[in-house]
Amino acid sequence: MTELLTILYSLIEPTIKIVVLVFMVILPMVAYSVYAERRFSALLQDRVGPNRVGIPFTKISLAGLGQPMADGLKFILKEDLTPGHVRKFYYWLAPALTMVPALLTCAVLPFGGHLKLPFFDEPFQMVIADLDVGILFVFAIASLGVYGIVLAGWASNSKYPFIGGVRSSSQMISYEISLGLSVIPILMIYGDLNLGSIVQQQHEKGWALLPVTLDGFMPVFSFRDIVLLVPLLISFVIFVTSLFAETNRLPFDLPECETELVAGYHTEYSSMKFALFFLGEYAAMIIGSGFAVTLFLGGWSLPFGWGGNGEESLFWGLVAIGTFFAKVIGFILFFIWVRWSIPRFRYDQLMRLGWVFFFEIALFNILLTAGILMFFG
Amino acid sequence: MAIVVKRPKLSILEKMYLPGIIKGLWITLSHAINRLRGKSKKVTMQYPEEKWDDQLPEYYRGAPALVTDEQGRERCVSCQLCEFICPPRAIKIIPGEIEKGDTWEKVEKQPATFDIDMIRCIYCGMCEEVCPEQAIYLRKDYVITGESREEMVHDKDKLYEIGGVRVGLVNKWNELK
Repeated sequence: MTELLTILYSLIEPTIKIVVLVFMVILPMVAYSVYAERRFSALLQDRVGPNRVGIPFTKISLAGLGQPMADGLKFILKEDLTPGHVRKFYYWLAPALTMVPALLTCAVLPFGGHLKLPFFDEPFQMVIADLDVGILFVFAIASLGVYGIVLAGWASNSKYPFIGGVRSSSQMISYEISLGLSVIPILMIYGDLNLGSIVQQQHEKGWALLPVTLDGFMPVFSFRDIVLLVPLLISFVIFVTSLFAETNRLPFDLPECETELVAGYHTEYSSMKFALFFLGEYAAMIIGSGFAVTLFLGGWSLPFGWGGNGEESLFWGLVAIGTFFAKVIGFILFFIWVRWSIPRFRYDQLMRLGWVFFFEIALFNILLTAGILMFFG
Repeated sequence: MAIVVKRPKLSILEKMYLPGIIKGLWITLSHAINRLRGKSKKVTMQYPEEKWDDQLPEYYRGAPALVTDEQGRERCVSCQLCEFICPPRAIKIIPGEIEKGDTWEKVEKQPATFDIDMIRCIYCGMCEEVCPEQAIYLRKDYVITGESREEMVHDKDKLYEIGGVRVGLVNKWNELK
Protein backbone atom coordinates (compact mmCIF):
# COMPACT_ATOMS: atom_id res chain seq x y z
CA MET A 1 0.00 0.00 0.00
CA THR A 2 2.73 2.41 0.95
CA GLU A 3 4.60 1.48 -2.22
CA LEU A 4 1.60 2.39 -4.31
CA LEU A 5 1.34 5.69 -2.48
CA THR A 6 4.99 6.52 -3.10
CA ILE A 7 4.55 5.69 -6.79
CA LEU A 8 1.46 7.88 -6.99
CA TYR A 9 3.28 10.60 -5.06
CA SER A 10 6.22 10.47 -7.46
CA LEU A 11 3.79 10.90 -10.37
CA ILE A 12 2.52 14.24 -9.11
CA GLU A 13 5.59 16.23 -10.10
CA PRO A 14 5.83 15.01 -13.74
CA THR A 15 2.08 15.43 -14.17
CA ILE A 16 2.19 19.04 -13.06
CA LYS A 17 5.16 19.65 -15.36
CA ILE A 18 3.37 18.03 -18.31
CA VAL A 19 0.19 20.03 -17.75
CA VAL A 20 2.06 23.30 -17.32
CA LEU A 21 4.57 22.83 -20.14
CA VAL A 22 2.42 21.14 -22.78
CA PHE A 23 -1.03 22.56 -22.18
CA MET A 24 -0.18 25.97 -20.80
CA VAL A 25 2.99 26.81 -22.71
CA ILE A 26 3.55 24.71 -25.85
CA LEU A 27 -0.03 24.57 -27.15
CA PRO A 28 -0.68 28.33 -26.72
CA MET A 29 2.73 28.87 -28.32
CA VAL A 30 1.62 26.72 -31.26
CA ALA A 31 -1.51 28.82 -31.68
CA TYR A 32 0.37 32.06 -31.36
CA SER A 33 3.21 31.00 -33.65
CA VAL A 34 0.60 30.84 -36.41
CA TYR A 35 -0.31 34.41 -35.53
CA ALA A 36 3.39 35.34 -35.36
CA GLU A 37 3.94 33.76 -38.75
CA ARG A 38 1.18 35.83 -40.30
CA ARG A 39 2.20 39.10 -38.66
CA PHE A 40 5.94 38.69 -39.23
CA SER A 41 5.52 37.58 -42.83
CA ALA A 42 3.32 40.64 -43.37
CA LEU A 43 6.11 42.79 -41.98
CA LEU A 44 8.64 41.16 -44.30
CA GLN A 45 6.44 41.76 -47.33
CA ASP A 46 5.28 45.31 -46.51
CA ARG A 47 1.78 44.14 -45.68
CA VAL A 48 -0.36 44.54 -42.56
CA GLY A 49 -1.40 41.05 -41.47
CA PRO A 50 -4.25 40.10 -39.15
CA ASN A 51 -4.82 43.08 -36.87
CA ARG A 52 -8.57 43.15 -36.33
CA VAL A 53 -9.63 40.37 -33.98
CA GLY A 54 -9.48 41.39 -30.35
CA ILE A 55 -12.03 41.21 -27.57
CA PRO A 56 -15.34 40.01 -29.02
CA PHE A 57 -18.26 42.44 -29.33
CA THR A 58 -16.03 45.46 -28.74
CA LYS A 59 -13.94 47.62 -31.00
CA ILE A 60 -10.77 46.78 -29.05
CA SER A 61 -8.51 44.95 -31.50
CA LEU A 62 -5.30 44.42 -29.45
CA ALA A 63 -3.30 44.25 -32.70
CA GLY A 64 -5.12 41.08 -33.69
CA LEU A 65 -4.13 39.00 -30.67
CA GLY A 66 -7.55 37.38 -30.62
CA GLN A 67 -6.97 35.80 -34.02
CA PRO A 68 -5.66 32.40 -32.80
CA MET A 69 -8.71 31.99 -30.55
CA ALA A 70 -11.05 32.82 -33.42
CA ASP A 71 -9.19 30.44 -35.72
CA GLY A 72 -9.37 27.64 -33.16
CA LEU A 73 -13.09 28.19 -32.68
CA LYS A 74 -13.57 28.16 -36.42
CA PHE A 75 -11.74 24.84 -36.75
CA ILE A 76 -13.88 23.26 -34.01
CA LEU A 77 -17.15 24.51 -35.45
CA LYS A 78 -16.41 23.57 -39.06
CA GLU A 79 -18.05 20.54 -40.60
CA ASP A 80 -15.90 17.47 -40.05
CA LEU A 81 -16.20 15.73 -43.37
CA THR A 82 -15.00 12.17 -43.89
CA PRO A 83 -15.02 11.41 -47.60
CA GLY A 84 -16.60 8.11 -48.61
CA HIS A 85 -13.56 6.75 -50.40
CA VAL A 86 -11.08 6.84 -47.52
CA ARG A 87 -9.87 4.02 -45.27
CA LYS A 88 -11.58 5.27 -42.14
CA PHE A 89 -9.46 3.76 -39.38
CA TYR A 90 -6.15 5.04 -40.71
CA TYR A 91 -7.76 8.25 -41.86
CA TRP A 92 -8.76 8.99 -38.28
CA LEU A 93 -5.47 7.76 -36.85
CA ALA A 94 -3.19 9.87 -39.04
CA PRO A 95 -3.79 13.38 -37.57
CA ALA A 96 -3.20 12.11 -34.04
CA LEU A 97 -0.01 10.39 -35.20
CA THR A 98 1.43 13.66 -36.44
CA MET A 99 0.54 15.69 -33.36
CA VAL A 100 1.51 13.18 -30.67
CA PRO A 101 5.20 12.55 -31.58
CA ALA A 102 5.71 16.28 -31.95
CA LEU A 103 4.48 16.84 -28.41
CA LEU A 104 6.10 13.69 -26.96
CA THR A 105 9.62 14.84 -27.72
CA CYS A 106 9.30 17.81 -25.40
CA ALA A 107 9.48 15.33 -22.49
CA VAL A 108 13.28 15.45 -22.51
CA LEU A 109 13.60 19.13 -23.35
CA PRO A 110 15.26 21.00 -20.47
CA PHE A 111 13.26 24.21 -20.45
CA GLY A 112 15.03 25.60 -17.40
CA GLY A 113 17.75 24.69 -14.95
CA HIS A 114 16.26 24.18 -11.52
CA LEU A 115 13.43 25.87 -9.73
CA LYS A 116 13.76 26.34 -5.98
CA LEU A 117 10.23 26.84 -4.78
CA PRO A 118 9.47 28.05 -1.26
CA PHE A 119 8.34 25.31 1.21
CA PHE A 120 10.34 22.68 -0.70
CA ASP A 121 13.82 21.54 0.34
CA GLU A 122 14.92 20.12 -2.99
CA PRO A 123 14.96 22.33 -6.10
CA PHE A 124 12.88 20.93 -8.95
CA GLN A 125 14.55 20.04 -12.21
CA MET A 126 12.93 21.83 -15.11
CA VAL A 127 12.56 18.87 -17.43
CA ILE A 128 9.67 16.40 -17.59
CA ALA A 129 11.83 13.29 -17.92
CA ASP A 130 15.52 13.53 -17.12
CA LEU A 131 16.52 10.67 -19.42
CA ASP A 132 20.12 9.66 -19.89
CA VAL A 133 19.36 8.71 -23.51
CA GLY A 134 17.88 12.18 -24.11
CA ILE A 135 18.81 12.90 -27.68
CA LEU A 136 18.35 9.29 -28.82
CA PHE A 137 14.82 9.37 -27.43
CA VAL A 138 14.18 12.51 -29.46
CA PHE A 139 15.30 10.90 -32.71
CA ALA A 140 13.37 7.72 -31.95
CA ILE A 141 10.13 9.59 -31.35
CA ALA A 142 10.55 12.36 -33.92
CA SER A 143 10.96 9.85 -36.73
CA LEU A 144 7.52 8.45 -35.84
CA GLY A 145 6.07 11.72 -37.11
CA VAL A 146 6.47 10.47 -40.66
CA TYR A 147 3.91 7.72 -40.01
CA GLY A 148 1.15 10.24 -39.56
CA ILE A 149 1.91 11.84 -42.89
CA VAL A 150 2.35 8.57 -44.75
CA LEU A 151 -0.85 7.17 -43.27
CA ALA A 152 -2.73 10.34 -44.17
CA GLY A 153 -1.48 10.09 -47.73
CA TRP A 154 -2.29 6.41 -47.97
CA ALA A 155 -5.65 6.43 -46.18
CA SER A 156 -6.97 9.35 -48.17
CA ASN A 157 -7.10 7.02 -51.17
CA SER A 158 -6.56 9.72 -53.76
CA LYS A 159 -3.68 10.80 -55.94
CA TYR A 160 -2.40 14.07 -54.53
CA PRO A 161 -2.30 13.04 -50.89
CA PHE A 162 -0.60 9.82 -51.93
CA ILE A 163 2.17 11.65 -53.79
CA GLY A 164 2.50 14.05 -50.86
CA GLY A 165 2.82 11.17 -48.42
CA VAL A 166 5.42 9.39 -50.51
CA ARG A 167 7.43 12.55 -50.97
CA SER A 168 7.35 13.33 -47.30
CA SER A 169 8.49 9.87 -46.25
CA SER A 170 11.46 9.92 -48.62
CA GLN A 171 12.32 13.46 -47.56
CA MET A 172 12.12 12.76 -43.84
CA ILE A 173 14.13 9.56 -44.10
CA SER A 174 16.83 11.34 -46.13
CA TYR A 175 17.19 14.23 -43.74
CA GLU A 176 16.93 12.17 -40.56
CA ILE A 177 20.37 10.79 -41.38
CA SER A 178 22.11 14.11 -41.70
CA LEU A 179 20.16 15.40 -38.71
CA GLY A 180 21.44 12.55 -36.59
CA LEU A 181 25.00 12.75 -37.89
CA SER A 182 25.19 16.50 -37.35
CA VAL A 183 24.47 16.08 -33.65
CA ILE A 184 27.27 13.56 -33.09
CA PRO A 185 30.06 16.22 -32.83
CA ILE A 186 28.12 17.80 -29.96
CA LEU A 187 27.84 14.44 -28.23
CA MET A 188 31.55 13.80 -28.76
CA ILE A 189 32.52 17.15 -27.31
CA TYR A 190 30.29 16.98 -24.23
CA GLY A 191 30.54 13.21 -23.83
CA ASP A 192 26.93 12.93 -22.70
CA LEU A 193 23.53 12.12 -24.18
CA ASN A 194 21.59 13.71 -21.36
CA LEU A 195 20.33 17.05 -22.61
CA GLY A 196 20.24 18.51 -19.10
CA SER A 197 23.92 17.91 -18.51
CA ILE A 198 24.80 19.12 -22.03
CA VAL A 199 23.18 22.44 -21.16
CA GLN A 200 24.79 22.47 -17.73
CA GLN A 201 28.21 22.10 -19.36
CA GLN A 202 27.38 24.88 -21.81
CA HIS A 203 26.30 27.01 -18.87
CA GLU A 204 29.67 26.55 -17.21
CA LYS A 205 31.97 26.81 -20.25
CA GLY A 206 29.98 29.01 -22.61
CA TRP A 207 27.58 28.00 -25.37
CA ALA A 208 28.62 25.54 -28.03
CA LEU A 209 28.64 28.34 -30.59
CA LEU A 210 29.90 30.98 -28.15
CA PRO A 211 32.51 29.25 -26.02
CA VAL A 212 33.52 32.31 -24.05
CA THR A 213 33.01 33.10 -20.39
CA LEU A 214 33.70 36.42 -18.76
CA ASP A 215 35.96 36.79 -15.76
CA GLY A 216 35.06 40.29 -14.71
CA PHE A 217 35.42 41.94 -18.10
CA MET A 218 38.19 39.65 -19.35
CA PRO A 219 37.02 37.04 -21.84
CA VAL A 220 38.17 33.54 -20.93
CA PHE A 221 38.35 30.89 -23.61
CA SER A 222 40.46 27.93 -24.51
CA PHE A 223 42.14 27.51 -27.89
CA ARG A 224 40.53 24.07 -28.22
CA ASP A 225 37.03 25.49 -28.04
CA ILE A 226 37.81 28.10 -30.68
CA VAL A 227 39.09 25.44 -33.09
CA LEU A 228 36.05 23.30 -32.31
CA LEU A 229 33.85 26.17 -33.53
CA VAL A 230 34.60 25.11 -37.12
CA PRO A 231 32.96 21.66 -36.96
CA LEU A 232 30.25 23.02 -34.67
CA LEU A 233 29.28 25.73 -37.15
CA ILE A 234 29.10 23.14 -39.95
CA SER A 235 27.01 20.95 -37.65
CA PHE A 236 24.73 23.86 -36.85
CA VAL A 237 24.08 24.70 -40.51
CA ILE A 238 23.36 21.05 -41.33
CA PHE A 239 21.21 20.60 -38.25
CA VAL A 240 19.09 23.67 -38.91
CA THR A 241 18.66 22.90 -42.61
CA SER A 242 17.70 19.30 -41.85
CA LEU A 243 15.29 20.61 -39.23
CA PHE A 244 13.57 22.64 -41.93
CA ALA A 245 13.26 19.49 -44.00
CA GLU A 246 12.08 17.41 -41.05
CA THR A 247 9.35 19.86 -40.12
CA ASN A 248 8.28 20.26 -43.78
CA ARG A 249 8.81 24.01 -43.61
CA LEU A 250 8.96 26.06 -46.72
CA PRO A 251 12.27 25.74 -48.48
CA PHE A 252 11.52 22.01 -48.27
CA ASP A 253 7.73 21.88 -48.14
CA LEU A 254 7.41 19.37 -50.96
CA PRO A 255 4.97 17.07 -49.11
CA GLU A 256 2.43 19.90 -49.05
CA CYS A 257 3.45 21.86 -52.03
CA GLU A 258 0.35 23.88 -52.77
CA THR A 259 1.26 24.63 -56.36
CA GLU A 260 1.56 21.01 -57.43
CA LEU A 261 -0.29 18.79 -55.00
CA VAL A 262 -3.29 20.93 -53.95
CA ALA A 263 -2.44 20.54 -50.28
CA GLY A 264 -0.37 17.36 -50.28
CA TYR A 265 -1.12 14.74 -47.68
CA HIS A 266 -3.93 16.66 -45.97
CA THR A 267 -5.94 17.44 -49.10
CA GLU A 268 -8.85 15.24 -47.97
CA TYR A 269 -8.91 16.51 -44.41
CA SER A 270 -11.13 19.21 -42.99
CA SER A 271 -12.03 20.84 -39.71
CA MET A 272 -10.14 19.82 -36.58
CA LYS A 273 -8.38 16.93 -38.29
CA PHE A 274 -6.78 19.36 -40.69
CA ALA A 275 -6.00 21.63 -37.77
CA LEU A 276 -4.13 18.79 -36.07
CA PHE A 277 -1.84 18.44 -39.10
CA PHE A 278 -1.44 22.17 -39.31
CA LEU A 279 -0.71 22.61 -35.62
CA GLY A 280 1.41 19.45 -35.48
CA GLU A 281 3.71 21.07 -37.99
CA TYR A 282 4.02 24.15 -35.81
CA ALA A 283 4.47 22.03 -32.67
CA ALA A 284 7.29 20.16 -34.41
CA MET A 285 8.79 23.50 -35.37
CA ILE A 286 8.67 24.80 -31.79
CA ILE A 287 10.14 21.63 -30.29
CA GLY A 288 12.74 21.50 -33.07
CA SER A 289 13.74 25.07 -32.26
CA GLY A 290 13.91 23.99 -28.63
CA PHE A 291 16.41 21.28 -29.51
CA ALA A 292 18.51 23.51 -31.74
CA VAL A 293 18.67 26.02 -28.88
CA THR A 294 19.47 23.31 -26.35
CA LEU A 295 22.23 21.71 -28.38
CA PHE A 296 23.96 24.68 -29.96
CA LEU A 297 22.87 27.88 -28.24
CA GLY A 298 23.19 26.99 -24.60
CA GLY A 299 19.60 26.08 -23.77
CA TRP A 300 18.43 27.97 -20.71
CA SER A 301 21.82 29.50 -19.90
CA LEU A 302 22.71 33.12 -20.29
CA PRO A 303 25.77 33.91 -22.44
CA PHE A 304 29.28 34.16 -20.96
CA GLY A 305 28.35 31.96 -18.03
CA TRP A 306 26.30 34.68 -16.36
CA GLY A 307 23.65 33.87 -13.81
CA GLY A 308 23.04 30.57 -12.10
CA ASN A 309 21.20 27.37 -12.84
CA GLY A 310 18.53 28.05 -10.23
CA GLU A 311 19.74 25.65 -7.57
CA GLU A 312 20.62 28.58 -5.31
CA SER A 313 17.72 30.95 -5.75
CA LEU A 314 14.26 31.15 -7.28
CA PHE A 315 15.23 34.27 -9.24
CA TRP A 316 17.90 32.61 -11.38
CA GLY A 317 15.60 29.64 -11.93
CA LEU A 318 12.95 31.92 -13.39
CA VAL A 319 15.56 33.79 -15.44
CA ALA A 320 16.72 30.46 -16.90
CA ILE A 321 13.16 29.54 -17.96
CA GLY A 322 12.66 33.00 -19.44
CA THR A 323 15.97 32.78 -21.31
CA PHE A 324 15.07 29.43 -22.80
CA PHE A 325 11.71 30.59 -24.12
CA ALA A 326 13.18 33.87 -25.38
CA LYS A 327 15.71 31.88 -27.40
CA VAL A 328 13.04 29.52 -28.70
CA ILE A 329 10.86 32.44 -29.79
CA GLY A 330 13.86 33.99 -31.51
CA PHE A 331 14.48 30.74 -33.32
CA ILE A 332 10.84 30.45 -34.39
CA LEU A 333 11.06 33.95 -35.83
CA PHE A 334 14.14 32.77 -37.73
CA PHE A 335 12.12 29.84 -39.09
CA ILE A 336 9.40 32.22 -40.25
CA TRP A 337 11.93 34.64 -41.70
CA VAL A 338 13.53 31.87 -43.78
CA ARG A 339 10.16 30.58 -44.94
CA TRP A 340 9.16 33.94 -46.38
CA SER A 341 12.52 34.66 -48.01
CA ILE A 342 13.71 31.55 -49.79
CA PRO A 343 12.05 29.92 -52.79
CA ARG A 344 11.31 26.23 -52.74
CA PHE A 345 13.84 23.60 -53.79
CA ARG A 346 13.13 21.31 -56.68
CA TYR A 347 12.66 17.71 -55.61
CA ASP A 348 15.88 16.42 -57.15
CA GLN A 349 17.78 19.34 -55.62
CA LEU A 350 16.34 18.42 -52.25
CA MET A 351 17.43 14.80 -52.54
CA ARG A 352 20.83 15.81 -53.88
CA LEU A 353 21.36 18.23 -51.04
CA GLY A 354 20.43 15.60 -48.47
CA TRP A 355 22.26 12.57 -49.82
CA VAL A 356 25.20 14.00 -51.77
CA PHE A 357 26.17 17.00 -49.69
CA PHE A 358 24.84 16.96 -46.14
CA PHE A 359 25.38 13.25 -45.56
CA GLU A 360 29.02 13.42 -46.67
CA ILE A 361 29.76 16.74 -44.99
CA ALA A 362 28.26 15.49 -41.73
CA LEU A 363 30.37 12.33 -41.88
CA PHE A 364 33.50 14.34 -42.61
CA ASN A 365 32.56 16.69 -39.82
CA ILE A 366 32.54 13.85 -37.32
CA LEU A 367 36.04 12.88 -38.45
CA LEU A 368 37.18 16.48 -38.15
CA THR A 369 35.79 16.77 -34.63
CA ALA A 370 37.41 13.49 -33.65
CA GLY A 371 40.72 14.73 -35.06
CA ILE A 372 40.54 18.00 -33.17
CA LEU A 373 39.56 16.27 -29.94
CA MET A 374 42.42 13.80 -30.38
CA PHE A 375 44.93 16.54 -31.10
CA PHE A 376 43.99 18.62 -28.07
CA GLY A 377 43.44 15.61 -25.86
CA MET B 1 14.76 22.00 -84.61
CA ALA B 2 15.55 21.79 -81.02
CA ILE B 3 16.72 24.94 -79.33
CA VAL B 4 19.62 24.40 -77.00
CA VAL B 5 19.50 26.82 -74.13
CA LYS B 6 22.92 27.48 -72.78
CA ARG B 7 23.02 26.98 -69.03
CA PRO B 8 24.72 29.81 -67.18
CA LYS B 9 28.05 28.79 -65.70
CA LEU B 10 27.78 29.11 -61.93
CA SER B 11 30.72 29.87 -59.72
CA ILE B 12 31.37 27.74 -56.66
CA LEU B 13 29.80 30.36 -54.39
CA GLU B 14 26.65 30.37 -56.49
CA LYS B 15 26.50 26.58 -56.48
CA MET B 16 26.65 26.57 -52.70
CA TYR B 17 23.35 28.52 -52.50
CA LEU B 18 24.49 30.10 -49.22
CA PRO B 19 25.44 33.61 -50.43
CA GLY B 20 22.20 33.79 -52.39
CA ILE B 21 20.20 32.65 -49.39
CA ILE B 22 21.86 35.23 -47.14
CA LYS B 23 21.22 37.93 -49.72
CA GLY B 24 17.55 36.99 -49.89
CA LEU B 25 17.25 36.90 -46.14
CA TRP B 26 18.80 40.34 -45.92
CA ILE B 27 16.35 41.80 -48.45
CA THR B 28 13.29 40.61 -46.53
CA LEU B 29 14.77 41.63 -43.20
CA SER B 30 15.60 45.11 -44.46
CA HIS B 31 11.96 45.48 -45.49
CA ALA B 32 10.86 44.48 -42.01
CA ILE B 33 13.34 46.84 -40.35
CA ASN B 34 12.28 49.73 -42.57
CA ARG B 35 8.65 49.08 -41.71
CA LEU B 36 9.43 49.02 -38.00
CA ARG B 37 11.41 52.26 -38.24
CA GLY B 38 8.60 53.85 -40.19
CA LYS B 39 10.82 54.45 -43.21
CA SER B 40 8.76 52.48 -45.70
CA LYS B 41 5.01 52.27 -45.91
CA LYS B 42 2.75 49.29 -46.18
CA VAL B 43 1.58 48.54 -49.69
CA THR B 44 -1.81 47.11 -48.76
CA MET B 45 -4.86 49.07 -47.68
CA GLN B 46 -7.12 48.30 -44.73
CA TYR B 47 -10.22 48.13 -46.80
CA PRO B 48 -13.33 49.58 -45.21
CA GLU B 49 -11.39 52.43 -43.59
CA GLU B 50 -9.00 53.10 -46.45
CA LYS B 51 -10.27 53.13 -49.99
CA TRP B 52 -8.99 53.70 -53.47
CA ASP B 53 -11.89 55.99 -54.36
CA ASP B 54 -9.88 59.14 -55.05
CA GLN B 55 -7.41 57.20 -57.19
CA LEU B 56 -9.94 55.45 -59.41
CA PRO B 57 -9.19 56.19 -63.07
CA GLU B 58 -11.65 58.16 -65.22
CA TYR B 59 -12.50 55.10 -67.24
CA TYR B 60 -13.36 52.98 -64.18
CA ARG B 61 -16.41 50.82 -64.81
CA GLY B 62 -18.53 50.60 -61.67
CA ALA B 63 -22.26 50.30 -61.24
CA PRO B 64 -24.36 51.30 -64.28
CA ALA B 65 -26.78 54.13 -63.52
CA LEU B 66 -29.26 56.41 -65.23
CA VAL B 67 -28.54 60.12 -65.42
CA THR B 68 -30.70 63.22 -65.69
CA ASP B 69 -29.78 66.37 -67.49
CA GLU B 70 -29.17 69.74 -65.89
CA GLN B 71 -32.89 70.47 -65.72
CA GLY B 72 -33.65 67.25 -63.89
CA ARG B 73 -35.31 65.54 -66.84
CA GLU B 74 -34.92 61.89 -67.66
CA ARG B 75 -32.65 61.24 -70.58
CA CYS B 76 -33.83 57.69 -71.20
CA VAL B 77 -36.35 57.26 -74.00
CA SER B 78 -36.76 53.54 -73.19
CA CYS B 79 -35.59 52.40 -76.60
CA GLN B 80 -34.52 49.16 -74.88
CA LEU B 81 -31.24 48.95 -76.82
CA CYS B 82 -29.35 48.40 -73.58
CA GLU B 83 -31.77 45.66 -72.61
CA PHE B 84 -31.05 43.88 -75.89
CA ILE B 85 -27.30 44.34 -75.86
CA CYS B 86 -26.80 43.41 -72.21
CA PRO B 87 -24.79 40.13 -72.30
CA PRO B 88 -25.98 38.73 -68.96
CA ARG B 89 -29.48 40.16 -69.45
CA ALA B 90 -29.36 42.16 -66.28
CA ILE B 91 -31.50 45.05 -67.53
CA LYS B 92 -35.29 44.96 -67.61
CA ILE B 93 -37.23 47.93 -68.96
CA ILE B 94 -40.97 48.45 -69.19
CA PRO B 95 -41.51 51.43 -71.48
CA GLY B 96 -44.08 54.01 -70.55
CA GLU B 97 -45.62 56.95 -72.35
CA ILE B 98 -45.37 60.60 -71.52
CA GLU B 99 -48.90 61.78 -70.87
CA LYS B 100 -50.75 63.95 -73.32
CA GLY B 101 -50.64 67.59 -72.42
CA ASP B 102 -47.12 67.39 -71.06
CA THR B 103 -44.71 70.03 -72.39
CA TRP B 104 -42.55 67.28 -73.69
CA GLU B 105 -45.39 65.32 -75.21
CA LYS B 106 -43.60 65.01 -78.55
CA VAL B 107 -40.84 62.89 -76.95
CA GLU B 108 -43.50 60.22 -76.43
CA LYS B 109 -41.61 57.71 -74.28
CA GLN B 110 -39.92 57.34 -70.94
CA PRO B 111 -39.26 54.18 -68.90
CA ALA B 112 -42.10 53.17 -66.61
CA THR B 113 -39.75 50.87 -64.75
CA PHE B 114 -36.05 50.35 -65.25
CA ASP B 115 -34.43 47.53 -63.26
CA ILE B 116 -30.80 46.43 -63.30
CA ASP B 117 -30.08 43.18 -61.49
CA MET B 118 -26.70 43.83 -59.92
CA ILE B 119 -26.17 40.12 -59.23
CA ARG B 120 -26.19 39.59 -63.00
CA CYS B 121 -24.40 42.74 -64.12
CA ILE B 122 -20.84 42.08 -65.32
CA TYR B 123 -19.84 45.75 -65.60
CA CYS B 124 -18.95 45.38 -69.28
CA GLY B 125 -20.18 48.86 -70.23
CA MET B 126 -22.01 47.81 -73.36
CA CYS B 127 -25.19 49.58 -72.22
CA GLU B 128 -23.23 52.79 -72.00
CA GLU B 129 -21.74 52.28 -75.45
CA VAL B 130 -25.02 51.44 -77.13
CA CYS B 131 -27.20 54.16 -75.58
CA PRO B 132 -28.15 56.73 -78.26
CA GLU B 133 -29.24 59.25 -75.65
CA GLN B 134 -26.23 59.07 -73.30
CA ALA B 135 -28.70 58.18 -70.59
CA ILE B 136 -26.90 55.26 -68.93
CA TYR B 137 -23.37 55.50 -67.60
CA LEU B 138 -21.09 53.31 -65.57
CA ARG B 139 -20.26 55.26 -62.43
CA LYS B 140 -17.51 54.64 -59.92
CA ASP B 141 -19.65 52.89 -57.30
CA TYR B 142 -18.37 49.41 -56.60
CA VAL B 143 -19.62 48.71 -53.08
CA ILE B 144 -22.91 47.12 -54.05
CA THR B 145 -24.22 45.01 -51.24
CA GLY B 146 -27.53 43.65 -50.07
CA GLU B 147 -28.96 41.00 -47.84
CA SER B 148 -31.45 39.59 -50.34
CA ARG B 149 -31.78 39.15 -54.09
CA GLU B 150 -34.52 41.77 -54.18
CA GLU B 151 -32.23 44.29 -52.57
CA MET B 152 -29.63 43.68 -55.25
CA VAL B 153 -32.00 44.80 -58.03
CA HIS B 154 -31.58 48.51 -58.62
CA ASP B 155 -34.88 50.14 -59.59
CA LYS B 156 -35.33 53.45 -61.33
CA ASP B 157 -35.14 55.65 -58.21
CA LYS B 158 -31.96 53.96 -57.07
CA LEU B 159 -30.41 54.23 -60.53
CA TYR B 160 -31.09 57.97 -60.67
CA GLU B 161 -29.75 58.32 -57.15
CA ILE B 162 -26.46 56.74 -58.18
CA GLY B 163 -26.36 58.41 -61.56
CA GLY B 164 -26.99 62.00 -60.66
CA VAL B 165 -26.80 64.75 -63.22
CA ARG B 166 -24.80 64.70 -66.39
CA VAL B 167 -24.39 67.90 -68.37
CA GLY B 168 -24.23 67.90 -72.15
CA LEU B 169 -26.19 67.68 -75.38
CA VAL B 170 -29.30 65.54 -75.24
CA ASN B 171 -31.08 64.63 -78.45
CA LYS B 172 -34.31 63.82 -76.71
CA TRP B 173 -34.98 67.29 -75.39
CA ASN B 174 -33.73 69.12 -78.44
CA GLU B 175 -36.22 71.93 -79.20
CA LEU B 176 -35.48 71.83 -82.91
CA LYS B 177 -36.21 68.19 -83.36
